[in-house]
Amino acid sequence: MNLYKYASPVNFYPLAGKIIPWFAIPAALLFAAGLYVGFFVAPTDAQQGVVYRIMFIHVPAAWMGMFLYVMMAIYAGIGWAFNARLSSMMATSISVTGASFTFLSLVTGAFWGKPTWGTWWVWDARMTSTLILLFLYIGFISLQASIDDHRRADRAGAVLALVGVINVPIIYYSVQWWNTLHQGATIRILNKPTIAPKMLAAMLIMLAACWLYSIAVVLVRLRYIILEREQNAARFAEVTA
Amino acid sequence: MDWSQGGYGFYVWGAYLFALLAIGGEVLSLHRRKRSIEHTKSASAVKGD
Repeated sequence: MNLYKYASPVNFYPLAGKIIPWFAIPAALLFAAGLYVGFFVAPTDAQQGVVYRIMFIHVPAAWMGMFLYVMMAIYAGIGWAFNARLSSMMATSISVTGASFTFLSLVTGAFWGKPTWGTWWVWDARMTSTLILLFLYIGFISLQASIDDHRRADRAGAVLALVGVINVPIIYYSVQWWNTLHQGATIRILNKPTIAPKMLAAMLIMLAACWLYSIAVVLVRLRYIILEREQNAARFAEVTA
Repeated sequence: MDWSQGGYGFYVWGAYLFALLAIGGEVLSLHRRKRSIEHTKSASAVKGD
């Protein structure tokens, strides 16, 4: 099977249409399962009480915001370096979902911060760097929207995405590098998590749901971007013929 | 389940309501984009483009 043929937007379009339900349906089921475990199975936190349950949407949203930015930068970089149109379109498609999750993490963080810290917002290193991430997403989307020529828009967006990726490790390590109000990481790849297994289960199920949801909506949007650009390309070819 | 969330219902449900709006809003915007593409396509067909 020649997988390279799917690097072409025209060939990838029908494939994306076929695989979207394989991500969308499990995402919906996992959202339901995650909320059930989070609200009915996971115990109440000894220190924060019930309000900690905001974590089950806040933490996956924050992780997705960072992860999607890295993915967007990789696709934008590949698109720029190899003139791969589908990769650039993928970066454009990811940007909206990444911005949505980053905004969601900031808002849910504010809802969590008010009852636990006594304030909706502080200019804390973690929160400020996450806000910068949102501005980077908005900058990427606005920059691409302001340039009519798609190839130039993709190149300009790629530069911004690649420069901005430095902010992701800053967000991740901000709670270690600076003295912040935001709590440190409770889950690390190499160390044992410091939260109860049922809480961890709910959070990981919600993370999986957010992941599958992201893939589904990014693919749906990618199909529309392919359609719009191919329509425009066809019209452009007719006008200039 | 304690629907008042120990007196923190506004914060807990507020956060999840916002999440629902964000996800619902994204899905709705994709649906509108699809309709816009279909509209453009049908308009082009009528013009004979």
